[in-house]
Amino acid sequence: MIVAERKSFAEIKEMIEGYKKVLVVGCGTCVAVCLAGGEKEVGVLAAELKLSNKGSSDPAGFGEATVQRQCDMEFLDELKDIVGEYDALLSMACGAGIQFLAERYPEIPVFPAVNTTFIGVNKDVGWYEERCKACGSCVLGMTGGICPVTMCAKSLFNGPCGGTNHKSCEINKDQPCAWYMIYERLAKQGRLENILKISPPNDWRNTKPQTLIQPGYEERKAAAE
Amino acid sequence: MKSGSQLEKILTAGHFAFTGELGPPRGANVEAIKKKAAPLKDMVDSVNITDNQTAVVRMSSWAASLFAIAEGLEPNFQMVCRDRNRLAMQGDILGAYAHGIRNMLCLSGDHQQFGDHPQSKGVFDIDSMQLITMVKDMRDEGKFLNGQEIDDPPKMFIGAAANPFAEPFDWRVYRLAKKVQAGADFIQTQCVFNMERMREWVKQANDMGLTEKVYILAGVTPMKSLGMARYMKSKVPGMDVPDYIIDRLKGVDKKEQANEGIKIACEQIEEFKEMKGVAGVHLMAIEWEHKVPEIAERAGVLPRPKV
Repeated sequence: MIVAERKSFAEIKEMIEGYKKVLVVGCGTCVAVCLAGGEKEVGVLAAELKLSNKGSSDPAGFGEATVQRQCDMEFLDELKDIVGEYDALLSMACGAGIQFLAERYPEIPVFPAVNTTFIGVNKDVGWYEERCKACGSCVLGMTGGICPVTMCAKSLFNGPCGGTNHKSCEINKDQPCAWYMIYERLAKQGRLENILKISPPNDWRNTKPQTLIQPGYEERKAAAE
Repeated sequence: MKSGSQLEKILTAGHFAFTGELGPPRGANVEAIKKKAAPLKDMVDSVNITDNQTAVVRMSSWAASLFAIAEGLEPNFQMVCRDRNRLAMQGDILGAYAHGIRNMLCLSGDHQQFGDHPQSKGVFDIDSMQLITMVKDMRDEGKFLNGQEIDDPPKMFIGAAANPFAEPFDWRVYRLAKKVQAGADFIQTQCVFNMERMREWVKQANDMGLTEKVYILAGVTPMKSLGMARYMKSKVPGMDVPDYIIDRLKGVDKKEQANEGIKIACEQIEEFKEMKGVAGVHLMAIEWEHKVPEIAERAGVLPRPKV
């Protein structure tokens, strides 16, 4: 899933300063699972905003809405009858959802209430770890299911480097060396020959905006354009 | 000859190579380079010019290499993968060669987190293994990484690093084999303190036939003090400083520690001269360039052969 963390209240408050009616918009998918921007977090943020307004001579109004996915126009359409009542939208979705919300309602300013951090896994409730950089050229088959692009601080394709520090990465003893783990797993599987070969330079596909059309959907896209 | 560098000539003639190191200044101070270069002249066959070492900004490695040439030294131009993408790297290699640089050391580079700009974006577009192959193909095929022809290809003597002391130990010699396969002509190792481990690694390299394909220069760093030895043991990743080194420095008067450090280094060099599979020594006298003549003298590597 995509993992995000909420911005500080001070930063959020400063962004929406001067807007009299703000709709806090949550997303019911990734950011809800990682406890950053689901229905519950929308409620908490809206309550905090209302509380901070207390005693103001001209208090702002805050509304709440959570859609199932902000990265999907079908769900964003659900807001069409209420957004007109607001002069700003505060999105708690990932960066993709925030942009799609802004694209759907281009006349209304949209602000981010979270920082999108990474594609990761759920280690435990409230504990997430990064696992994928979406580089676009997956080598997990060669590396025993451990991503060298994400898990190695230098994204080496031919590790481990000389900085391997008692099985940890040189940057931090709490960060395991990805290539040490790759070596150990492949050794156990009897597949070390995988990394005896030199891996060629990567084709970095994540350095420009990308579009993906699954096979069979080309005509549908053409018709929509 | 692949590059015709002095270092290549020394090694191919079968002489025991002796190389040094010079860290460029943290500024445009040319006098600082000259001051560090002077004691190295005629003492070493080639001088590694570090590339933003420990991820701290310094004068660029190729520029400082040109000053080294002007001072009568042969540079070993270091290049790390941390700060440039494949375009910038190839461009710098062309420029360096055009200016007379003939040796290159291809490295991953310390992570930027250690340096003076920890917020920076680490590039790591290609890794050190891929860099070696890129420089080799530029030289031997006359082609850029994308396969296109180079008008007057750069002909570098290609170096790479190896750390025989980092885990997984069993894999280190295979990684050396990969660097040889990638196209390394010579290897400079991490600073050696654990001689048992070094002997074992060189033996593995001999047994695999690697030392017939690549020249291995053992990294030697004289300890300046007990404090330095303790720091390197506990704080520098990938460094293996056995207790007996600490004990030897502890066993002498504080004023004698530097001398004892040089003595240990010279004993190591004596052993490397005799060690099958070791073709020379790379002396990393860190911020101690002025001591190199004394160390070279005491290690019995002078005069340097003329080839």
